Parts: sequence; C-alpha cells; structure tokens
Amino acid sequence: MNVKDYYGIGFLAAIVAALPFMVANDYYLGILIFTALNCLTCIGLCLLLGYAGQISMGHSAFLAIGAYSSALFTTKLGWNPWAAMGAGMAISMVVAVLVGLPTLKLKGHYLAMATLGFASIVHVVCVAAVDITGGPSGVSNIPRLSLFGFELNTDTRIFYFCWTMVILGLYLAVNLIHSRVGRGLQAIHGSEDAASSLGVNITVDKIKIFVLSAAFASLSGSLYAHYVLYIDPGPFDVMHSVLLITMVAVGGIHSIWGAITGATLLSLLPEGLSFLSEGLAKFNIQYKTDYDTLVYGGILLVIMLFMPEGLFDGLRRSTAMVFRLNGEKGQGK
Amino acid sequence: MMEHSDILQYLIMGVQSGCIYALVAMGFNMIYNATGIINFAQGEFVVLGGLLMVTLTMTVQLPIPLAFITTTAAVTLAGIAMERFTINPVKNPTVLRLIIITIAVSIIMKGIAMGVWGKSSYFMRHFSGSESLDFFGATILPQTLWIMGILVLIVALYIFFFNYTMTGKCMRACAINRDAARLSGINDRRMVMLSFALSAGIGAIAGIIITPIIQMDYARGALLGIKGFGAAVLGGLGNSMGAIMAGVLLGVLEAASAGFISSHYMDAIALFVLLLVLFTRPSGIFGSSAAMKLKEF
Amino acid sequence: MTSELSTIIKVETLRKEFGGVVAVNNLDLSFTKGHVSSLIGPNGAGKTTVFNLITGFLPPTSGKILLNGKDLTGKKPHKISALGIGRTFQNVQVFPAMSVLENVMVGRHLRSRCGMVVSCLLPQALRPEEKRIRESALSCLNAVGLAEYADRQAGSMPLGSQRMLEIARGLALEPAVLFLDEPASGLNARETVGMGELIGKIKAMGITVILVEHDMELVMDISDKVAVVNFGSLIAEGTPKEIQANPEVINAYLGA
Repeated sequence: MNVKDYYGIGFLAAIVAALPFMVANDYYLGILIFTALNCLTCIGLCLLLGYAGQISMGHSAFLAIGAYSSALFTTKLGWNPWAAMGAGMAISMVVAVLVGLPTLKLKGHYLAMATLGFASIVHVVCVAAVDITGGPSGVSNIPRLSLFGFELNTDTRIFYFCWTMVILGLYLAVNLIHSRVGRGLQAIHGSEDAASSLGVNITVDKIKIFVLSAAFASLSGSLYAHYVLYIDPGPFDVMHSVLLITMVAVGGIHSIWGAITGATLLSLLPEGLSFLSEGLAKFNIQYKTDYDTLVYGGILLVIMLFMPEGLFDGLRRSTAMVFRLNGEKGQGK
Repeated sequence: MMEHSDILQYLIMGVQSGCIYALVAMGFNMIYNATGIINFAQGEFVVLGGLLMVTLTMTVQLPIPLAFITTTAAVTLAGIAMERFTINPVKNPTVLRLIIITIAVSIIMKGIAMGVWGKSSYFMRHFSGSESLDFFGATILPQTLWIMGILVLIVALYIFFFNYTMTGKCMRACAINRDAARLSGINDRRMVMLSFALSAGIGAIAGIIITPIIQMDYARGALLGIKGFGAAVLGGLGNSMGAIMAGVLLGVLEAASAGFISSHYMDAIALFVLLLVLFTRPSGIFGSSAAMKLKEF
Repeated sequence: MTSELSTIIKVETLRKEFGGVVAVNNLDLSFTKGHVSSLIGPNGAGKTTVFNLITGFLPPTSGKILLNGKDLTGKKPHKISALGIGRTFQNVQVFPAMSVLENVMVGRHLRSRCGMVVSCLLPQALRPEEKRIRESALSCLNAVGLAEYADRQAGSMPLGSQRMLEIARGLALEPAVLFLDEPASGLNARETVGMGELIGKIKAMGITVILVEHDMELVMDISDKVAVVNFGSLIAEGTPKEIQANPEVINAYLGA
C-alpha cells in the first residue's frame, strides 16, 4: 500500500516534469501554478479533515497569514523572501497552537463554527488594519523568490518550484499516514473514545496535525504572494475556506490522492466553465462567471449526497456494480 | 466626550441588530433541537427573505403586508425543500457529512441569490415612513419599532406554539427523546421537516424587517449566520429564550464597540465574543453544562 | 496462600452524580489479579458508569480508584491505558475506515514511539519498528482468530467479528487488566461460546479480565468472582455459586 503511494508520487512527478513542454501558453501555466498552490493547501487540510476527522473552516486565515507575512516583511522591513516565508510559517504555527488549544476540544459543529469565526476575524483585520495591511487596496511590489541565484521570474520556473513543493508535501504526508502517528490520527477520526483507550493523546495529536496543516496553508499563501506580487484581502475570505473543503471532499475525504484530484479538478473548473460558456453561447444561453459559486455548491452537494467517499470511490463503486450486474447476467444463462 | 444621548443611540442601534441576531439564533435552535444539526445555511434564509421582499415590494409593487406573507411562505417552502432533498435522503449521516451538506446548500443559495439579484445592494421602503422620531435626545426609526414589535410578537407566538398546541408539544417531545416520541406515535421525520420550515420562516422574517435599514445584498448571509450562531451559543445552544437575551446583548455589545473602539472592527468583536464563549463556556452564559443536556425550545 | 490473591484494582467510596441523579453511590469494590470478574446488575444499575470512571472517561464526583495501589483518580484515558488498563465498548467502536490489521496496530501505539517529525522525514528509520508493530498486531489477531481477515475494512466486518477485533486491539496494548463492556451482546449462541473460550484464553495469558455482561450463562460459566450492583450500590459479591443462591440478587433481578 505504502509502495503504491510512492509510485503515485513518481508518476505525478513525471507528469509535472513533462507539462511545461506540452503547455507552452503562460496563461495555462499560471492556472497550473494556482492548481499547485491549492494542492499544497489541500494536502494539509486533508490530513486534518480526512485523516484526523477535524473540520476547519479557518484555513483561509492561514493562507492570509502566510501571504501577508511574505508581503509585509519583504516590502516594509526589507527581509529576504525566504526569511519572510519562514516567519509566516512560524507565525501560522504559533497561531494554530493558540487557536487549536481551545478550539480542538470542541467537536463537530462547534469546531466548524469556531474556525469559521477565527477566519472571519482574520479577514476583518486584513481589511480594517489599513495602516499595516493596506486595507482593501492591499500590498504591492512584493519581490520574487530566487533560488541558487536563479530568480523565479518565469512562469515555467515558478511552475516547477511550486509543484516540487507539492511533491515534497505529498511525500511527507504519505510517510505520515503510514506511520504510527498517522494511524493514531485515523483512529481519532474513527472513534475518539476508542483511540484514547489505546493510549492516543487525542488533544495533543489534534493540535499537532492542525499546526502541520496550518504550515502547509501558510506556505501556499506565501508562494501565492511571491508569484502574483500583489495581494489584497479578497482571496482570503471565508468562501475560500469553503472552497478548500469542497476540493478535499470532492476527490475523496479519506485519501490524500483524493485531495490532490479534487484540488486539481476544481482549480481547472473555472476554465472548463468558461469553455462551456462559449459552447452555450452558440445556443443563446448566457453563462456568467457569477454562476461559478452555484456550480461549486452543486458539485459539493451532489458528492456529499451520492458519493460521500468522493468522486473516485464513487466511480469505482459504480463500475464495480456494472461489472457485477454483467456477471450475474452471464451466470443467468 | 460621550454624551448621554450618544449612549442611548448606540443602545437603540444595538437592540435593533440584536433583535435580528435573536431571530437568526431562534432559527438555529429550532433545527438543532429537532435534529442536532447546525444549519450553516441559516443566514441565507435571511438574505433570501430580504431580497425576495425587495422584489415583491419595489418591483412587483405588492402592498407590504401581502409581500410579507408571500415572502415568508416562499422561504418556508425553500426550507422544506432543503430538508426533503438534502437532509432527509441521507441514510448514514455523520456530523462531518451533515455539516458539509448544509455548507453546500448555503453556497447554492448564495449562488442563486447572486444569479437572480446580482451583486448590488437593494433599498427597500420602510414599513411606515423613514422619518426619525425623537427619543430622549436620541433618534429612533419607526422601522426599529417595527423590528422590536415583530420580535415580541414572534416570541409570543413561539411560546404559544410550543406550550399550547399539539404539534408544538410533539416537537418538544421529539427534541427531548426522539425514540420515546416515536413510540408514542409521533411522526419524527415530519417534525424534522417542520423544524426546517419554521426555521426558514423565522429567518425570512428577520431578513424582511432588517432590509429597509441595512440594504440587503447576496453576500450578507455568512456574517448574519455566524453572529446569529454566536447569539445561540451565548444563550446556550438549543435554548431560545436564552438566545433572545443573548442576541440583544450581542447587538448592544457590537454597537458599543463600534462607538467606543472602531466601527471597522465591529464585526471582529462580535466574533471574538463568540470564540471567547465557545472556549470558556460552551454551554452559554445562562446555562450550566447539566442544563445544556435539556433541550428547551 | 492469601498473598497470591492480591488485589489489582481497588475502588474506594466511588461516587458519580449526573445533575442530581446518583449513578454510582459510594461504591467499594476490589478485583483480584488474574481472575475473571464480572459486574452484573439490572439495566441502568451503573455498571458501564463504573467502567467509564475506572478507565478515565468520566471524572468521579468523589472517591478513589487504585491500580496496584497507585491512584488513577482524575487521570485522562490515554494516561490510564498507558498504566496497563485496556477496554472495549458496549457499542462497538472499531475504526471503520481502517483495515482490521491497522485497527490492531493502533493498539501498539504505546509500545512504539516515533514522533511526527521523524515519521514525515525519515520513513526508512521507521521500518524496523513498523515491522515489529505489524508482527505483534498479527499475533493478537491470531489470538482472536481474525488473522485471515487482516486486510478487510473493519467497518465491513460482522458485529461478532468487530467485538473480537476490539478485544484484539485491547490485547495489543499488553494490558494488565482488560475491561470488557458487554462482550457478548448482539452475538448469537455459537459466537457467545467462542467469546467465552477467548476470555478463558486471555485469562491464561495472565491478564486480569473484568466484564459487564447480561448473558448470565456466560457470566456464571467463566467468572471466578461476580459482583452485583443495583442503583449504583454493591448488593452482593461472591463466587458464581454463591451469587446464584443469594436471595437479594434474585430479588433485584425479578423485582420485589
């Protein structure tokens, strides 16, 4: 099982290596970079949501902390971007401990609402603290990252760097899942009582995984800031947290590969929809990007109602059913 | 310096938004008591009520009482549809799955609202004139009086319904012990549907009465929802009389913080209070943890 | 002679109130090392509450719980399991999304120690430990007769097997005492016999077994000692024979 995951990572790495040669267009490369950033956040969120079973509607806040740390430490204090990124992760992790300590004692609905409240507060502060964050007009002139003397100044370079981060993240996550700690987390998801009766310290383990997933989100936020070079509070609202949950849930909550699949599909979806809208326009049907929200909601609802284990498990089951039906027909003769 | 009349003014503003939080919180409690679910789409009912009312009064030009009834009925139907199509069919519900489902419904409702009404905010005429009245040196809008009056009326109906009607008593029985209620012949699935209907209706009314003051737009649902939830938790989740007091308290606190600290951080302060209560007294400020297990409408 | 029959768990004036309701009323109990002891009593007598108090899932209102003379009162469940107390649950609580083997591997949590950082970064370093965890988990599965289903998803197993799996998971903890909360409930006659045999086997491993059970045939068959509680108080204690002859017990069960 473990080995399969490593093959999967290798396969993904091969695709990633080949993609820039197939996609020459900077616009599409840009979308694939955003896809990578969403994948990175979703790896962390999946460890928390899918494995440990703890919902967080607060991950947009950690993205914001990462992005604003990168933006502000570099532009206002002149820090090196890497230092700013590290500082952002450190701040996110400390905040995660502070928020997690009381929050993760809460269960289910309370936890969802508490993290939602936290994310809303961070968003309000991003908008309101004009002196520091620039308020609605945001922060611009954020420097690019450079690596071994190479400035990450082309989309191809940034593409490779971000996807390398995804692959590293996946490697860490896969190792964790198949370890003692990972099993402890899945046990917490299955039954908190049973897990603690076997010696799993549920409070501490929940906080640890919350902190780890916050670090993933913060990294993703920092990379976003150093890629688009300008940030404002817009993308870091609560709706983004909901979108992240949708990504994890669509692919399949119980598997890290589901998170990658979901994040990729939903990141590419707006492109698919605009492609679709061109098609619909021929039939005089107007599709506006305003409807995207509705489409996301619809997808999430359908998945949760009919395939609670996610898209892939759903497809696997339905094909298995078709095969079984065929098999029974065959026996009937 | 803070004048005496300024304080009174903040108090009025606080009570006004507090009434709305109280109504949203009552909506949360209805569904929570019947099902144990927190409906993340609660705020969207408020938005839907407000926007539909705007269309019916401003575009269709219906008289206000007729528009009021039509809107409430339509949103109630939306609540019933939500229960029938998204909650009822789930066979093995886990908390996580139910949370995500109600989140999905909230996004869909938000998407529909955006599709139909666009992103602009809508004015609506006040129920009876928008001339401010003088009130001990402060001013009060007639609409604010309407809001307070309607809250009182709803609370009265609420108490009557749950204490003196058969259906209301059945709902209470279901909330206290579902199995026992089912054994005594109560159709518990129907009670769940009813709770969604009532909760959507109350949400719609909240939206209708506040829209003349705040100007409704499609994106307000989340914040209204979370503040209403804050009131529900503050009053002890499931306890609606507590929620009403807590809602008003939260509104006043928010208005005070807008006045004394900064209006920019107003929203953050209400949320901060919510977190503080969740962390320190999840059973609410009025309840004890033992009382928390007793669900009272 | 008496030194061999040492007490392993001792409960002193244990009391638990919920609101105003007294669930456990100043209970004094002691369990003998190496024995199979049963706690019986009518529904709602407070048996499961006693289990939850001893294993740390509920804090007692007052009173003391001692394991080999060491105070357990007020400790968290995961600490108590680290001190050598395992348990199962009345409403079976396997980890449904994990495989049968992985379920038992969680039971080795305390017998292994790799932390999060090492797990993420150095998977090679974990191999020997992982191998040991897997082997001992398999031997626990063998003990309950589920080894052939190691790769099945735990949630898809029948109830009887899930109860066995819970016990295997508890055994993986290598506990001194294993608490079984209604191990035979929901099992058919044949499975119940199997459960009785398994409990005998666990006793032979030197593990003290304490169970709450409604199946009187099973209780009388396998117990060395039986304690009867009603309304949170101890009403009788003794060997199965003594209990069966006790008028107060008959009274409590059949109603006055």
